[in-house]
Amino acid sequence: MVLTLQKRRMEDWNPWRELQNVQSEMNRLLGRFGYPETGVYPAMNAWKTEDDVTLTAELPGMKADDIEISVAGDTLTLKGTRPEEDERENLTYHRRERLAGHFARTIQLPFHVDADKVEARFSNGVLNIRLPRVESDKPRKISIGK
Amino acid sequence: MARATDSIQKKEAFAAEGVERTRSGDVYSPNADIFEDKENIYLVADMPGVDESSVDIRLEKNVLTLNGYVKIPEKEEGIEWFREYPVGDYHRSFTISNAIDRDRIAATVRDGVLRLTLPKAESLKPRQITVTSG
Repeated sequence: MVLTLQKRRMEDWNPWRELQNVQSEMNRLLGRFGYPETGVYPAMNAWKTEDDVTLTAELPGMKADDIEISVAGDTLTLKGTRPEEDERENLTYHRRERLAGHFARTIQLPFHVDADKVEARFSNGVLNIRLPRVESDKPRKISIGK
Repeated sequence: MARATDSIQKKEAFAAEGVERTRSGDVYSPNADIFEDKENIYLVADMPGVDESSVDIRLEKNVLTLNGYVKIPEKEEGIEWFREYPVGDYHRSFTISNAIDRDRIAATVRDGVLRLTLPKAESLKPRQITVTSG
């Protein structure tokens, strides 16, 4: 995967943004070699209740079969490969803004989840995962004896 | 918590001076790839949450405008734990050359990706010029 050079106007140049770009490119490159690191892609939104966590991520252009979701204890790992657009010959690119390549991201959850009861839906490029808390990790009320 | 970088952060759509949207909510500029081969110009834009019924493509004079409308998801149960990306409609405009065969423009939306094929008008296709000696 080649690092893409982007032209920017002088007044847009933001050194912090350049560093972030380099970091995200490096994360993507490393992801291809299967390093078990936490990447920054995809961006996720999450909600939690006492009993479950719901996560959403935008993964346009992927097929449900190409998304790998795995749960272990209190971590969730989301992996996949965004497809390279076209294998057509002799293409000239004018803009290239969409990311392609392997990604892997691990999230630490606030509690252990029941892997058997995890529900995942994928529609129009939006992934929605619901992870219920495992019974054994739920707080139990202790009554005080007389 | 991981930081989102510029290349994956959603960019707010550019709004023309003095023009207001009638729909509420934010608008974002979808990431797009534009490439061409001998026959066509291709435009591929990421619009997660959009399907073929909620996209609007217009070509007026030589401006191609893409609009994608997203249903704001119902408020999820619980408290918001983290929010790394915003949800909203999509809007982006491109100036395209006149040498496009407008009647044959094709568009598909699949898994939140809009794919447009803009066939080049005959006059724009590269033509081989044979060189003879003499």
